[in-house]
Amino acid sequence: MFSISLTRDDWSLHRKGVIDQARHMQKVKEAIKQNLADIVSEQSIITSDGKKLVRVPIRTLEEYRFRFDPNSYPQVGQGEGGSKVGDVIGRVGPGQGPGQGKQAGDQPGIDYYEAELTVDELGQLIFEDLELPNLEEKRLRELESEAVRFTDIRKHGPFANLDKKRTIRENIKRNAKRGNPRFGGIKNDDLRFKTWDRDVTRESNAVVIAMMDVSGSMGTFEKYISRAFYYWMVRFLRTRYDHVEIRFIAHHTEAKEVTEEEFFTRGESGGTRASSAYQLALQMIEERFDPASWNIYPFHFSDGDNWPSDNDLCRRLAEQLIERCNQFGYGEIRQGRYAYQSTLMHTLERIHSPKLVTVTISDKADVYPALRRFFGPEAREVARA
Amino acid sequence: MPEMTPAQLAQLEARIAEVWEVGSRLGLRPFPTHFEIVPATVMYEIGSYGMPGRFSHWTHGKAYQVQKTLYDYGLSKIYELVINTNPCHAFLLDTNTVLQNTLVAAHVMAHSDFFANNAYFARTSRRMLDTVSLNAVRIERYEFEHGEAEVERLLDAVLSIQEHVDLYATEDEGQPPEVPPARQPGPYDDLWRHDRLAPPDVAKPAQRRSRRRPAEPVRDLLAFIRDHSPILDDWERDVVSIVRTEMQYFIPQIQTKVLNEGWASYWHARIMRELDLSTDEHVEFARLHAAILQPSPRRLNPYYLGYQILLDIERRYGEQHLFEVREVENDVSLIRNYLTRELVDELDLYLYERQGDELVIVDKDWQAVRERLSGELGGNQTPVILVEDGDYEGNLELYLRHSWDGRKLDLDWAEKTMEHIYRLWGRRVWLETKADDQSRLLLSYHPREGHKQHR
Repeated sequence: MFSISLTRDDWSLHRKGVIDQARHMQKVKEAIKQNLADIVSEQSIITSDGKKLVRVPIRTLEEYRFRFDPNSYPQVGQGEGGSKVGDVIGRVGPGQGPGQGKQAGDQPGIDYYEAELTVDELGQLIFEDLELPNLEEKRLRELESEAVRFTDIRKHGPFANLDKKRTIRENIKRNAKRGNPRFGGIKNDDLRFKTWDRDVTRESNAVVIAMMDVSGSMGTFEKYISRAFYYWMVRFLRTRYDHVEIRFIAHHTEAKEVTEEEFFTRGESGGTRASSAYQLALQMIEERFDPASWNIYPFHFSDGDNWPSDNDLCRRLAEQLIERCNQFGYGEIRQGRYAYQSTLMHTLERIHSPKLVTVTISDKADVYPALRRFFGPEAREVARA
Repeated sequence: MPEMTPAQLAQLEARIAEVWEVGSRLGLRPFPTHFEIVPATVMYEIGSYGMPGRFSHWTHGKAYQVQKTLYDYGLSKIYELVINTNPCHAFLLDTNTVLQNTLVAAHVMAHSDFFANNAYFARTSRRMLDTVSLNAVRIERYEFEHGEAEVERLLDAVLSIQEHVDLYATEDEGQPPEVPPARQPGPYDDLWRHDRLAPPDVAKPAQRRSRRRPAEPVRDLLAFIRDHSPILDDWERDVVSIVRTEMQYFIPQIQTKVLNEGWASYWHARIMRELDLSTDEHVEFARLHAAILQPSPRRLNPYYLGYQILLDIERRYGEQHLFEVREVENDVSLIRNYLTRELVDELDLYLYERQGDELVIVDKDWQAVRERLSGELGGNQTPVILVEDGDYEGNLELYLRHSWDGRKLDLDWAEKTMEHIYRLWGRRVWLETKADDQSRLLLSYHPREGHKQHR
C-alpha cells in the first residue's frame, strides 16, 4: 500500500477554465451592450482621448444570494499591536473596484461588479452593426487609380524585366565561390527578373457634412448632446471607413466651415438662420463633391429655434440637399421647456422623402438610439424602401 | 520562473518522503496522498472550481479570471491545493522551489490528517473527484438536450441558493406527520350550515396539510425545491441535486477553515524544523512562513488566527491536547472554547466599521470580538432561511422565513435572489424578515406584479 506518490503530467490540453472565462467575458459584453444608451453619453468618455479606460457597472453579472447587509454591522480585523478605538485603518473611495477585493462585497463599500474597457473597445461594441445607409457605387471605375510597382525579384520572367545589376552581382558571387571574383560566363542560374504588383487605390467617394447650430439659444445641454452625437459619429466613420471625408459647418445666422477641433470646442452666440448652413453645404457640394461621383450625407443638429422668416428658405434648400444626397439627417434637441413642436422640425417634416431622417432628443440616453436611427439596420430598411 | 528540472523533482520526492516520516513519527495520520505537479494556469483553474473536473459555468470562469489576474500581476499566489478524497490529492506549483514545495507538502500532510480525523468530515464522501466528473458529464448532456442557455439560467438560479443546504437533515424530515383519516361525510352534514359552523374535522387545516407543508420549518432549501417544486422537470431536479451534493461536500471545509489552516500551519512549521535544511533554506523557510501568516488589517487571515490559537492551546495544555482539538472542534466551537481575552489583546483583534469614507475601529472588547467572529466564521455569514410553507394560501406558493439573529438582510440582494427562486418554484415567493426598526417585514415576488413589501 503506497502512502505518497509524486507525478508530473502534461496539462497543456487542459482548457476548462479558459472556456468558462470566455463565456464570462461574453456575458460581460452582453451586459455592456444592454447599458450602451447610458454609457454612450457619459461625459468622461466624450472628453477623453480614446485611450482612457471606462468602468462599466454590470449588475446583471452579480452573483446574488441571501446575505447580510455588509454595511450594517462591524467586521473583525487585526492590527499590528497597540490599536485603539477610533483609529482609522483604511478608506473606501468611489474609485475602488473589485481589483482590490477578491470578491465584490467582502469589503465594505464595494458592492457591485465593474468591467473595465477602453473607448476603442466600447466603440467596437457600439459600431458593430452600424453602417452608412444607402451607399451607392458611384462611377467606381473612374475613381480607381492604378499604379504599377516593382516589388519582388524572381529567377524567371520576361527579358524586358531583367534586373541587370542583380544579375551581374549573382554572376560575380558565383565566380567568387570558385576563387575567381570577376564578371563573365553568365548562366541561367544568374538571371534575376523584376516582378510587379498592380497597386489599385480606390478613391474615397463618400462625404459626411456635419452641421451644428452654435447660436445663443443652444444651451449647455443642447451643445453637449450635439457634440456627443458627432463625437461617436466621427469615431464610427473613422473606424469603419478608410476614406470617408468629413466636413464641419458651424452656424448661427451665418455659417462657416470650421476645423474638427473648432467644431468640438468653440461656442458662439446670436440668432439662428439654419438656411445659411444649408446654403454653405450646397455650395460645398457644387464646388467639390459632384453627386455623380460622391455619396453625400448631410447631418444637422439644432434646438429647432430658427427664425420664422427663414423657414421657407430652409425647406427649399433642404429639398435641394435631399435631391443631391443619400440621406439627410436632422436631430433636434428639445428638453421639457421646448416640448412644443419647434419651427424647424415642423418645417422639415413637410418634406416627404424617405431620405430625410429626423430624431428628437430630450435626454442623454437618446444619443445612442439616434446613432442607430441614422446608421443602424433600421435606417437601411427605410433607405431601401 | 523556470519549472522544476528532473533533478529537482527527484530531490523533492526525497524531501516529501522525509516529511512523511517526520510527520508520522509526531503523530499525524493522513490519508495516502498523491502529489501532482502542475503549471500555474491549472492551479488557478482548480482553485476557482474548488476541485478539478467540476461542471462548467460562467461564475467559475469569473473566479478563474480574478485568480489569474491576481497571479499575473504578482498580487497573490496559491501555494497549495488539497482535495479531500481518499487517497488525498494535492497539487504543487511547478514554478515553486524545492524548499517551497517541501513546506507545502508538510502543510498538505496536516490537511490530509485533518480531513481523515476531524469529526465534521465523518459523513463526507471521499470519492468526490469521481462524483463531480460524473456530474459534469450529466450537465453537459443536459446542455446538449435542452440548450446551453437553458441550463445556464437554471444553474444561475440554483447557485444563488447553493449555501442553503442542511448537512444534518434526515431523509424523512419535512414530511407531514401521520394524520388520522378524514371523517366520512354523513347524510346530515347540511344541518351544520344553519349554525354557520364548519362540520367537525372535515375542513380542519391539519387534514388539508399537503405534503408541501413541512411539520417543522426546514433549512434545506435545495432539498425542498428538489422534492416539492411544482414546475421542475426531472432533469432540472437532477441539476438541483447535483449542486446540493457538491455543496454538502464543501460545507465541512467552510465550517473548519480557520482550524484546518491553523493546524496545517502549526505542522508545517513543526516538521520543517525537524528537517536537515541548509542555512539558505532556513532563511527561505522563515520568509515564506512569515508571508503565509501575515496579519491583515481588514480581513482576518485564517492561517494566522488558527495558528495563534493552536499555539496558545499547546502552551497551556500540551501538544497531545491539540490532537483532541483537531478531532472534535470546528471554527465556531474553537473560537468559543479557546479565544481568550489575553489572545484577543495579543493578536490585536478589533471591530471596525465604515464611517463615511473611512474604516474606523469601533470596539476592542474581547467578548464583542469573539461574538462577531463566531458570526463570521464557519458558514455563519450566510443567513439562515427556513421553508415555512410550500403550499402557502393553498396556492402552492413558497413561504420562506429569515431566522432573525439580529443581523439585517441585504434587501436588494434578497429581492434578486427571490427572482432566482421563482425560476425554480414557478409560483409567488414570500420572504419574511425584519426591517430596520425590527418590525416584521414581508416581501413577495411574482413576475407579473414585481416585488412587493408588506408590513
